[in-house]
Amino acid sequence: MSRKKTSFTPWITALVFASLAPFVVYPIFAMELMCFALFACAFNLLLGFGGLLSFGHAAFFGSAAYLCGHAIKNWGLSPELGILFATCGAALLGLAIGSIAIRRQGIYFAMVTLALAQIVFFLCLQMPFTGGEDGLQGIPKGHLFGLIDLSATVSVGLQQLPLALYFFVLAITFGGYWLIWRTVHSPFGMVLKAIKENEPRALSLGYQVNRYKLTTFVLSAALAGLAGATKALVVGLASLSDVSWHMSGEVVLMTLLGGMGTLLGPVVGAVTVGTLHHELASFGSWVTVTIGMVFVVCVMAFRRGIVGEIAYQLKRDL
Amino acid sequence: MDIPLQAILSQALLGLNNGAFYALLSLGLAVIFGMLNVVNFAHGTFYMLGAFVALLGYNQLGWILGDESIYMSFWAALIVGPIVVGLLGVLIEKTMLSRLYKVDHLYGLLLTFGLALIFEGVLTNYFNVAGEPYNAKPEILEGAVNLGFMVFPKYRLFSIVLSLTVCFAIWYLIEKTKFGSHLRAGTENPDVTRAFGIDVPSLRTLTYFLGVALAGLAGVVAAPIYSVSPRMGSDLIIIVFAVVVIGGMGSIMGAILTGIALGLLEGLVKVFYPPLANTVIFIAMALVLLWRPSGLFGKEA
Repeated sequence: MSRKKTSFTPWITALVFASLAPFVVYPIFAMELMCFALFACAFNLLLGFGGLLSFGHAAFFGSAAYLCGHAIKNWGLSPELGILFATCGAALLGLAIGSIAIRRQGIYFAMVTLALAQIVFFLCLQMPFTGGEDGLQGIPKGHLFGLIDLSATVSVGLQQLPLALYFFVLAITFGGYWLIWRTVHSPFGMVLKAIKENEPRALSLGYQVNRYKLTTFVLSAALAGLAGATKALVVGLASLSDVSWHMSGEVVLMTLLGGMGTLLGPVVGAVTVGTLHHELASFGSWVTVTIGMVFVVCVMAFRRGIVGEIAYQLKRDL
Repeated sequence: MDIPLQAILSQALLGLNNGAFYALLSLGLAVIFGMLNVVNFAHGTFYMLGAFVALLGYNQLGWILGDESIYMSFWAALIVGPIVVGLLGVLIEKTMLSRLYKVDHLYGLLLTFGLALIFEGVLTNYFNVAGEPYNAKPEILEGAVNLGFMVFPKYRLFSIVLSLTVCFAIWYLIEKTKFGSHLRAGTENPDVTRAFGIDVPSLRTLTYFLGVALAGLAGVVAAPIYSVSPRMGSDLIIIVFAVVVIGGMGSIMGAILTGIALGLLEGLVKVFYPPLANTVIFIAMALVLLWRPSGLFGKEA
């Protein structure tokens, strides 16, 4: 297979912009957006490239948030180890849920993941360490590698910016995104594409289709967990809304709105939906109504999504 | 553990009551899925809307018409609720769902998910999330009957009997009548069915009406038992999905029997180990899928 020469320009541009963001946008909000973007990208790896619609991805996002919070708060783990622990937990959960769910396809797959994620939701509601309805509050930020204080802020002008935490989150997000990008452009990604296009053919070519699907599922679950754990660290809170099926729906919307099957789409979708939430927060349930309407419009008239539409017009992959 | 037999029996009957609702809802879901290939995520919402039609018809109708003495009785709601909800379904099918039959089935699920959010959000803005009681229970169904081994509320008994009657009537309609055979033919092979002079698009609209009206009916029947709130459908829908997955999608009888059985199971678990009651249905689903991936009554995929 011929390897296209990779251009680093978009990566560097994105890094520069992301590094400047905390000076312009409220940093906590920017960090939350990054976590959601990573979550949506992880989800899109499964849906956009594997053709599998999981309607239970909040289970990985949310349970990792709880695991990370618990590990840091009650076991005194350092933040990077807490996140690593939570990511591994999400991967294991992904293995368990994935190995049941991939036995069914299409619509059934979606419903099975949804229902299995509901078990996780009830576990999070009832287990002793999760704080029930209140969630797990006051997760400390701690010292990165025991050295760098993540709760420290730097005063810039009139603002106090948590730059250490910000760049830690930025590194995680870019690392996760790079891993997804690498996966999609690897031989593994090619096989995945082939399975999505025509599963029986891939099977008859001798590929172990289910093993590919399961691997993708676990990878996607782990990355969703990474996003959830990081978010818990950023906001210092893991709550039931992180594991609820509304969150699973939200990540579907982010991907759909941005453009499923594009690498950049979920990022754009996550930023759009996140900003929508942020701006409409004072309107109560009208947020839900708006989100629902965006959903309907996307499905009815805008199935390629924002980035997908642009890519289609430019006739190239984005 | 020493649990009196009476507690077990009463929980079993309460479970049977829930099971009857599960059956009614999963039946509607199975009909819509089997005939239209749409996973109707808004099914719980239509159930909730059915309950709201009953509630508003009782509390607000007189106020709207300017004469406080006018109200919609429970018996009227049993007819009006499903029709209103069903007509809303027709509107949605005609304007939106019918355009999605050609594309991936996932879009039907996503569309109805969006619609569920809209309805739930709008109603949450106008009504208390905690819910309002529906006090129009007819006098004849007040009180309890002595079943010999226990005393059981009349209304619950009524709702069990009504739900199961409707379920089996629908099963008969689809499996045993000419209308049903047209319906099934329309799913199996729309083109050939059309060639026989059967109007497939209208059949689809009618199917959606029927499935959604069943959800509306369940909502009206549930209104006197549970408090009527905008959220009442959204948690139920996932349980109903699990019921349908366990039963095997597309199987009408599977949906009915599984619904009843799981309601009973849930009721019994509530007696023996309460914390597990919320999850037992999903655990059952995971186990069934490991053993039979296409569900208990489903055909092998």
